[in-house]
This record gives sequence, C-alpha cells and structure tokens, in this order.
Amino acid sequence: MDGIHDMGGMDGFGKVEPEPNEPVFHAKWEGRCLALNRAMGFTGIWTIDETRAGIEELPPDVYLTSSYYRKWAVRLENLVIERGLAGADEVKAGHALRPGKTLKRKLNAADVPNTLSRGSYARPALAPARFKIGDRVRTKNIHPATHTRLPRYARGRTGVVEALRGCHVYPDTVAVGQGENPQWLYTVLFDGRELWGDDTDPSLKISIEAFEPYLEPA
Amino acid sequence: MAHSHDHDDHEGHEHGSELSEMQLRVRALETVLAEKGYFDPAAIDALVQAYETKVGPHVGAKVVAKAWSDPAFKKALLDDASKAVLGFGVVNRVGDHLIAVENTPQQHNMIVCTLCSCYPWEMLGLPPVWYKSAPYRARAVKDPRGVLTDFGVTLPAATSIRVWDSTAETRFIVLPMRPPGTEGWSEDKLAALVTRDSMIGTGLAKQANEAA
Repeated sequence: MDGIHDMGGMDGFGKVEPEPNEPVFHAKWEGRCLALNRAMGFTGIWTIDETRAGIEELPPDVYLTSSYYRKWAVRLENLVIERGLAGADEVKAGHALRPGKTLKRKLNAADVPNTLSRGSYARPALAPARFKIGDRVRTKNIHPATHTRLPRYARGRTGVVEALRGCHVYPDTVAVGQGENPQWLYTVLFDGRELWGDDTDPSLKISIEAFEPYLEPA
Repeated sequence: MAHSHDHDDHEGHEHGSELSEMQLRVRALETVLAEKGYFDPAAIDALVQAYETKVGPHVGAKVVAKAWSDPAFKKALLDDASKAVLGFGVVNRVGDHLIAVENTPQQHNMIVCTLCSCYPWEMLGLPPVWYKSAPYRARAVKDPRGVLTDFGVTLPAATSIRVWDSTAETRFIVLPMRPPGTEGWSEDKLAALVTRDSMIGTGLAKQANEAA
C-alpha cells in the first residue's frame, strides 16, 4: 500500500538524532512488548509479513506520533482481537474471561535461546530465474492497496541485477493469506540519478532487494 | 529482572502520561495472553533478558575483528556471511540471509530499511531508535552524505556511497575499514574499535588512539 511507512526519499523529517549510550529499552514495557510479539509470533498464528502489514495499516497520524514499541503494542492488540485469540473485552479488562484457542506451538522459557535466530525464508524454486547478473531491469509501476516490499521511490526505474539471492517467500501474497508463492529475489542496483534526478551526488548508488514479479526486462 | 516496579513508576513520572498508559496497556495484554496459555510466562522474562544482555553489537564486532585478522575468514565472510558467522556469539544459526559488504577507500556502504526496521539482530542486537526513525529512513537513500554529517562523519569526496535498502529478508552488515596503526593487535583489542554504527555504515571504526 502507498502508506506512510514507505518513507524513502521523503523530505521534512529533519536531522537524524543518534542518542549517546542508548539503552536497549527506554522503559520496561518496551521489553515486555517486544517479547510478547516474539512469543506470539512463535505460535505460528501469523507470518512476519502479516505483522508488517499490521503496522502499515495503522492510521498515518498514529504511525507518525507513536513510538516504535507503541506501534508494536497497538498492532498486537489488533491482531489478537482480529484472529479471535482474545476478545476486546478481555484486552480491556486485562484478564482472560474465556479459555484460549489451541495453537500450533507454545514458547517455553527453555526454548528462548533457539528463538533468537531467524528462520529461513528461502524456498525451493518453482521455476528457473528469469534474470541473471548484469541484466538491465525495470521495476514495475505497481500500486497495490495491500502489502508490498517494492518501495515507491524505486518503482518504474531502471537498474541492473547485481546478485541473485535465491527463491524466497513472497511477501505480497503471504501477507494477504494467499500463500508463500515463492519468488526469485534479486539485488537490483540503481544509479542515484535514476532515482533522484541529475542534481544528485553522482557517486551515489542504491540497491533494493526485489522479488521477480516486481521486475521486467529493460 | 533487572528492573523493579519502583523503577517502572519512576519512569512514568519522568516521561509523562504515554508511558504510564503504555505500561498498563502492555501489562494487560501480557496478562490476558498468558492466562490464555499462549506462552510460558517465564519465556517473556527470558526473551527480555536475552535482548538486554546476550544479543548486541559485541557479536558483530567479534566477526569484524576476525575478518580484519584472518584473510581466509574475511573471504568466507564476504562470500557467504551466513555460513561464516556460524559459531559466533550466542545464536546457533542466523537464518541463511546474512550478507557482509566491505568498505574500501573507493566505496562506503550504508544499510537502511526504508519500509520498516529490518536489521541484522543476530549480529547487532536490536536497532537503535534513530535507525527506525523517519529522518533516517527518509534520507538515507537520497542524501546519505547528509546523514553521515548528522553523525559527524565526512567522507573524502572521492569515496562513492552505496546504500543497501533492506526490502526483503536478506540482512546486511558492513565490514568497516581497519584503522591504521593496529598491526599485530589481538582480535579482542581490535573488536573494541568496532562500533555498532561502523557496522551499519553511519560511522567508522574507532582510531587506534581511541581504543578503550
């Protein structure tokens, strides 16, 4: 979706402000919120792309004015209610009023060390790769109303395939419950001037990780 | 846990009402989901503790220091970082999508996720607030030299800039340039020069005379 989350190239947000000696969490609830999201993700009830879509679908004013972990908390509330894992009445009450659903997996404390690493999103290829290293490709000018990982700033632009990254779960379908639909993933390199015009630093190059359906031969 | 409830309340006073509201809201959610039996409540404590104490940029720093010291490891890292870093730190595997990119006098690399907050957690821990913030995500792909200025870094004009937007499940870590005057240093001593920002590409490794 052409949402507020798709920020690449926007002006007006000001300087980046690094915080010296930044703590891992700025408040205890942030750590709890992160851990809750991880623990619920472990159950297998939703995919990483569905959770990303859950953040992207927050209203723009909420997105821009909420801290990072506040967005995660609101998203988790929304997801557990949407999926029937808890009722809005229970979330409001702060106590379970009915028994829980049975889920595929349950995270135990002893399993935590093994959950710190990420799973693999690679999948067997269903077809040969359409492009090879060095091919000139153009990103499609697409504007799906649902989740996509092709950023706006890189749509309808010409670049070069720099690397093949294997065949991966396709976010655009898995996010809307239409399956993993594995697709070849490429690193596509753009000249800065192709994206931002002739006034751009001529030494600048930018790459995106592009799924094959985003690309056409140029 | 390291934080007591008193500390919690203290934070609420310092930072205003959103925090108090969020403390209550997240606590309510945790209680409901735990009572439903969706996870072992002790797993939440274990996760928080792991992210506070075990996973962090010290893992990536060890990898960089080894790459500076061992040419065969450096080659393996640049060829297939996922494989090369097996055995580092506290994680037993890193998924299979880690990519290491090397800074040289000719090219400086910078990592961003314009769409959300993708970051090599296993190597660097959780991302800092600025990495997830609108200013960084908006500007890194368009004006990376300007972003570097915000970090107090000025590159030579002859150094080109390459920005990697983490738009899929591949994750990137920058291999910064080894500072001069560190010949013969141990990997431990070298690792102390490797900052988090130098592995994102918003900073450079510390100089030899800045060693702790």
